[in-house]
Amino acid sequence: MAGAKAQTTTNFRERLAQRTQHGDSIFWAVTLFFALAVIALVVAIGWVTWNDSALARERFGIGFFASSEWNPVETEVSPESFGAVPAIVGTLISSLIALILAAPIAVGIGIFLAELCPLSLRTPLSFMVELLAAIPSVIYGVWGVMVFAPFFTQHVAMPLSESMREIIPWLSSSQVAAGRGLLIAGIILAIMILPTIAAITRDVLTLVPNTQREVLLALGATKWEVIWLAVVPYARAGIVGGVMLGLGRALGETMAATMLVGNRPQVPGSLLEPATTAAALIASELINAQSLLHESALVLIALTLFVITLLLNLIARLLIWFVNRGPVGSVRA
Amino acid sequence: MEETTQGSSRLLNGFAETVSPAGERVAQTATEAKIEAIGFNFYYGTFQALRNINIRIPQNRVTAIIGPSGCGKSTFLRAINRMHDRTPGARGEGQLLLGGANIYGEIDPVKLRRRVGMVFQRPNPFVKSIYENVAYGLRVQGVRDRRVIDEKVELALNRAALWDEVKDRLHKASGTALSGGQQQRLCIARAIAVDPEVVLMDEPCSALDPIATMKIEDLIHKLRANFTIVIVTHNMQQAMRVSDMTAFMLMDSATRAGELIEFSPTAELFTNPKDQRTKDYVTGRFG
Repeated sequence: MAGAKAQTTTNFRERLAQRTQHGDSIFWAVTLFFALAVIALVVAIGWVTWNDSALARERFGIGFFASSEWNPVETEVSPESFGAVPAIVGTLISSLIALILAAPIAVGIGIFLAELCPLSLRTPLSFMVELLAAIPSVIYGVWGVMVFAPFFTQHVAMPLSESMREIIPWLSSSQVAAGRGLLIAGIILAIMILPTIAAITRDVLTLVPNTQREVLLALGATKWEVIWLAVVPYARAGIVGGVMLGLGRALGETMAATMLVGNRPQVPGSLLEPATTAAALIASELINAQSLLHESALVLIALTLFVITLLLNLIARLLIWFVNRGPVGSVRA
Repeated sequence: MEETTQGSSRLLNGFAETVSPAGERVAQTATEAKIEAIGFNFYYGTFQALRNINIRIPQNRVTAIIGPSGCGKSTFLRAINRMHDRTPGARGEGQLLLGGANIYGEIDPVKLRRRVGMVFQRPNPFVKSIYENVAYGLRVQGVRDRRVIDEKVELALNRAALWDEVKDRLHKASGTALSGGQQQRLCIARAIAVDPEVVLMDEPCSALDPIATMKIEDLIHKLRANFTIVIVTHNMQQAMRVSDMTAFMLMDSATRAGELIEFSPTAELFTNPKDQRTKDYVTGRFG
């Protein structure tokens, strides 16, 4: 009786062992497949944009990235001609404006939410920040066009343009009344990326171990010192990561940029006159491209934006690696 | 020699007499207590973590707090330099005095923590050079003079018995590159570099091997010449080895609040405990 029972137990154990012997390798293969799918996707995007831009690459070569010409309509005096400079300049400047405006404020919001906010306010405020991140960009665009652009043009851009005419030419323009340009697009982009950076900053700060705060607190540090000497340095890699994610969103943001940047494919002489960004240019022109060459040039712009994004991510990685190093000769425990 | 020992023992007994299970203050000694709790209660929100703590911790002595997990010994230790301030809903009531001034009320928390340093359970040096680790507290407190900092860093590392081991690589090596025991001594040096009056230690050896533990215990013994030391430990042998006074705490089984059961000179608490529960604990019958 007892022997029989022992026998069934052994059988059960053996069967279970048999049934699960390949479990880990199957799991490994499945996750490997998903991981490789990501790489395949990146390669596929690169491949498609590379192939579909062949016409433009052959026609303009490396000169594409040095030319500010953008003339999709062939006439007798001016032939069809495309260059990437307006799109690259517009993309970089509008994203830079967004980053400069949003990063300090967003990090401040994150610090407040994680370190200083009374508990009763933390949940509702965090919720609002996340809600802000979830609003579709077209709504920001609509708000920008209907509310912000008229207000900004009337009360800020026009007086600014007037007073800066002789002093800083790139803050002054005769086309300021159009209410479109890199500055206004940059400000809207800043509002859009603010919640992303703030939410990530808050999350990485709450992950900082309490001992980091306590050790400084026990040395007689104030809240200010605890935050700036212990908490933020510990989390700086994550904060830089959040800022870079925000930058990525600003670079690729299409809808709001298209609605507010003015869609004029020229290098603007001023932040206050209509310009374009890479994403806005593609979105506004691809559907009614005039010719195969035009379409191919737009795909080449897409490839350029893709490469810029990759490069900036690479720089961000290097930056994180760099700030994460300890003092010279140290081994990080 | 004999006479001094007796005198010191009598003095310590005087401290012990001020505590009784009922929490009444039985006797007063002429000597000043460095830290004194009178009917001190501590709450986390609505939960009472400490009830009616009465204790007089003597100056320039090592006082150990022992007791089973959850008895509130760490809560009490951390109440002394208001480490709970960051915890929402945590608050102290009653009197907890540092040199006669109430910690909860009269003393500014930042100033309080400059007088009451702390060493934590796990060694937690900054990812900075050894020198900067020790100098950090001084810099936070606004010391700028390079010579003063140099002197204080050397003094603190000497007192922490670490100077000889690290003097050649003060600026070159990171604090995190040291061994666990060295890291903990570095943390002690960091805490004492700012000349606190009291050093709190929250199970400072629990993450260390026996040899490193021995070094820290030696160090604690020497440090009491300059500092008042309060140490929480799970290890009764350690309490016997390092402390002059021992407090035994226990969680009340009905309310789950921590209470002080007995506070006596260490030798007396371990060999001749007054309370049956202390006796059960130190003889290993529970906990």
